[in-house]
Amino acid sequence: MSGVPWGETKLVQGNEAVALGALAAGIDFFAGYPITPSTEVAEILAREMPIIGKKWIQMEDEIASISAIIGGSLAGGRSMTATSGPGFSLMQEGLGYACMTEVPLVLVNVMRGGPSTGLPTQVAQGDVMQARWGTHGDHPAIVLAPSDVKECFELTIKAFNLAEQFRTPVILMPDEVIGHMREKLTFPKEEEVCVIPPSSPDVPLEWYEHYHSSATGVSPMAHFGSGYRFHVTGLTHDTHGFPTRKVDEVISKMNRLKQKITRRLDVLEHNDIHNVEESKIIIFCYGSVYRSALAAQQILAKQRKKIGIFRPVTIWPFPDRTVKEMLDTKDVILVPELNQGQMIHEVERLTSDSVRVVPLHRYDGYEITPEQLVAAVLEVM
Amino acid sequence: MPARLPYAYKYLRAKKKFPHVWCPGCGIGIVMGSIIRAIDSLGWELDDILMVSGIGCTSRMPVYVDFNTLHTTHGRALAFGTGAKMANPNLKVLAVMGDGDSMAIGGNHIIHAARRNMDITAIIVNNNNYGMTGGQFSPTTPQGAKTATTPYGMIEPDFDICKLTEAAGANYVARGDVYHVMELDGLIKNALSGPGFRVVEAMAPCPTNFGRANRQGDAVKMMELFKDNTINVAQASKLPKEKTEGKIVRGIFVDKDGIGYTERYQDLCDRVSSGVKK
Repeated sequence: MSGVPWGETKLVQGNEAVALGALAAGIDFFAGYPITPSTEVAEILAREMPIIGKKWIQMEDEIASISAIIGGSLAGGRSMTATSGPGFSLMQEGLGYACMTEVPLVLVNVMRGGPSTGLPTQVAQGDVMQARWGTHGDHPAIVLAPSDVKECFELTIKAFNLAEQFRTPVILMPDEVIGHMREKLTFPKEEEVCVIPPSSPDVPLEWYEHYHSSATGVSPMAHFGSGYRFHVTGLTHDTHGFPTRKVDEVISKMNRLKQKITRRLDVLEHNDIHNVEESKIIIFCYGSVYRSALAAQQILAKQRKKIGIFRPVTIWPFPDRTVKEMLDTKDVILVPELNQGQMIHEVERLTSDSVRVVPLHRYDGYEITPEQLVAAVLEVM
Repeated sequence: MPARLPYAYKYLRAKKKFPHVWCPGCGIGIVMGSIIRAIDSLGWELDDILMVSGIGCTSRMPVYVDFNTLHTTHGRALAFGTGAKMANPNLKVLAVMGDGDSMAIGGNHIIHAARRNMDITAIIVNNNNYGMTGGQFSPTTPQGAKTATTPYGMIEPDFDICKLTEAAGANYVARGDVYHVMELDGLIKNALSGPGFRVVEAMAPCPTNFGRANRQGDAVKMMELFKDNTINVAQASKLPKEKTEGKIVRGIFVDKDGIGYTERYQDLCDRVSSGVKK
């Protein structure tokens, strides 16, 4: 396969769909370091990108990889890296830098079992809290969790667009099952795909503020070499990008960093909701677990038992208001996760004591099966 | 020399960002002066230059110069610079780092930037310790020297920045110091003038920390040490060995014109894209 097979139907792997989604989004620069189970992303792009004159490099480690794509993004390239748990840990340094300096980039973390080297080729969802809080200090986070191969393609494009729109890193988090499974995928036609190009300022050179405080909190970003000369630092900075310790400037920066995300949930929130309104028992899940939840829903439907499914596709920022509105009236919310209980705390935070929030953990490297979910539902009914 | 002022002002964020953070007697400002003179003599446009740095005293330099400037995380200047250079090969990328930044936490990045022959000029200001955090030992602290974290003397051997980067594959490797500043101007100009990975080690005094801990005297005394304890590579080759013993050699150690990474990558693109219709 060469390039994006626009309009064709093919059997495609999740990681392959991520790589093709990146090409569809117009990726200019990829830097990465080999790590299972994400390697296919780097391998496919290594094959495809030089053919179309785009830049690809294998760096000496994951810290270098994310550092390189931040540099690439600041120099005007749409940039991405791909990794898994141990690499994701190393990338936290650069992730925080990109949040602070408001650099658009896409980070793909194909989740495997942890902690540490853990279960390299087996599935887990143990990084969802790390994706939110892994790098030090308060910071924004946009994290997307695909549940099928089609979403791997679509959400990669969306991740690039959100990164530009919000001038921040966007993390795409397929779990290993999603990254490695193969499904039929009908690619859209090229003209059907919406790609938001990198912004550029149109103010006179001397008026440019790299961190201009616009109504949305995000302003067009100039690139190195464009003629707009500016300074970038991970130190807390003023609107021109220069270090500051002035209280009002520090507060203004920190507030804008947070509010550019929290005030735009209308754009960011993305849920997949099935029979939630009419059901008293809900499965709250994300990633590959959703597929088992769909199968469990069908099995239970045959037994005339109704359950709803609530799946956040954008897992961060968490859909607080929707979860509260839709789920706080339910009898039971089952939260199956491929970890020892992470997102369940968010559900508990938003629901009253009258709602039973029931965990279902699996952390042995295997998927949660539909049968497990059916048994769990029957037990709470 | 008031007549010289307008020329320096062109390159400095003079009205906004001064006074600088460096201590009285620090050598980093002299290295910054050398860099500016070298760039001025090359006639480069400010818009085309990216100065990237890591963390530390030296890495504060980008705030003061009116180029595209990028102050990154500790040790990562070359990794950020690599990405910027790849995304926009027209940028002239100049990385300024200290000895701790480039040799300890950034050690992995510098050997690989040198191996790749990445088109970046690295100016490493070596003051033999971590100044910003209060004078702890660095990989270039000489054996026996006292620092905040070697109160009984340094027991580890030190890195030779020039030998290390030469062995790793750099196209150009040179060493100068802030006493022999005209020479340093030339070394930096040479470094900026060719392809591939190019290194200048600029030895500089840290009177506040290293000098005080090792009773080397004030800033002037420390400058005199460079005068007395170093020797140019050309002079050294003419003298008998006993006359050069114990002296640090300055000058150019490697000067190759090996193909830089940017050109290699473009060649790869040209090779694999031929015949592919896009």
